[in-house]
Amino acid sequence: MGILDYLLKKNKPSSSASVAKERLQIIVAHERSTRGQPDYLPLMQQEILEVIRKYVDIDQDQVSVQLDNEDDCSVLELNITLPDAK
Amino acid sequence: MAKIIVVTSGKGGVGKTTSSAAISTGLALRGHKTVVIDFDVGLRNLDLIMGCERRVVYDFVNVINKEASLKQALIKDKRTEGLFILPASQTRDKDALTHEGVEAVLDELAKDFDYIICDSPAGIEQGAQMALYFAEEAIVVTNPEVSSVRDSDRILGILQSKSRLAEQGKSVKEHLLLTRYNPARVASAEMLSVADVEEILAIPLLGVIPESEAVLKASNQGAPVILDEDSEAGQAYSDAVSRLLGEDVEHRFLEQQKKGFLQRLLGGK
Repeated sequence: MGILDYLLKKNKPSSSASVAKERLQIIVAHERSTRGQPDYLPLMQQEILEVIRKYVDIDQDQVSVQLDNEDDCSVLELNITLPDAK
Repeated sequence: MAKIIVVTSGKGGVGKTTSSAAISTGLALRGHKTVVIDFDVGLRNLDLIMGCERRVVYDFVNVINKEASLKQALIKDKRTEGLFILPASQTRDKDALTHEGVEAVLDELAKDFDYIICDSPAGIEQGAQMALYFAEEAIVVTNPEVSSVRDSDRILGILQSKSRLAEQGKSVKEHLLLTRYNPARVASAEMLSVADVEEILAIPLLGVIPESEAVLKASNQGAPVILDEDSEAGQAYSDAVSRLLGEDVEHRFLEQQKKGFLQRLLGGK
């Protein structure tokens, strides 16, 4: 039993601790990138998307909104990828 | 002038109050006049952990509302010289803590004490933000477990943006306190290691408290676990206090205890 356990453990692809670490690194990096943004940003992004959709058919991931703070000046960057005109 | 230290975590149940009780007792034992404040308005528990629950007459909110003086509300610890407890209110809602009120109390305490330990409630709501706002140093209590580590990172973000020092363009000194650490489970790769958590949170390590039966025993008895000098948890807290005071102390209890021949033979844990 002891030997079997040992062998089985060795063959496991990855330990649960390393899975935990990997998941944490991803979520923490993601949450840090959105840190410090004003709370209205996601809602504003949604509304901008809806306005554009009135005219052009685009997906959520084709609009990126980014807020950068430099000293006492904030820059709101809006990037919209428009589909090829048919 | 007193040093204000917040004990915080984001997540509940990771050991904030246990750590606040142990560290404040440890500081007082080293001769520093210390007060520990329970910021968990509505769910006071520090009094139980410190074993003074039957001596609470006035509380933090009474002092803020000027219904009692600080002198009336402070409870003198019976075991440790130079240690005082300011209990949280049990009945009021958490909005009872105002910036001006808390600041006035802290300013008054700062005249008399060397250390002011703020035991934060769980969460990131007003009570937790109030506990960390005035802090110069923060002890972030974390369990080696995914939700706790994530919440600690959230709290670090709040410390870096919403504390008074952050607003002044300075930074709060951060310390990682890893609690409920189980070296045996780390050895079998079932638990995040100290190195893993340090790598993710990227803040200096204050101490590692091993998972220990002594902690429950201490809370049962209402005596901070640091007073249990025979226990690993008590010794680990004592080391953490030394490091908080700037001493260079090697970390202990990070490795699994080797089982003796007899223990292995008998299959004991």
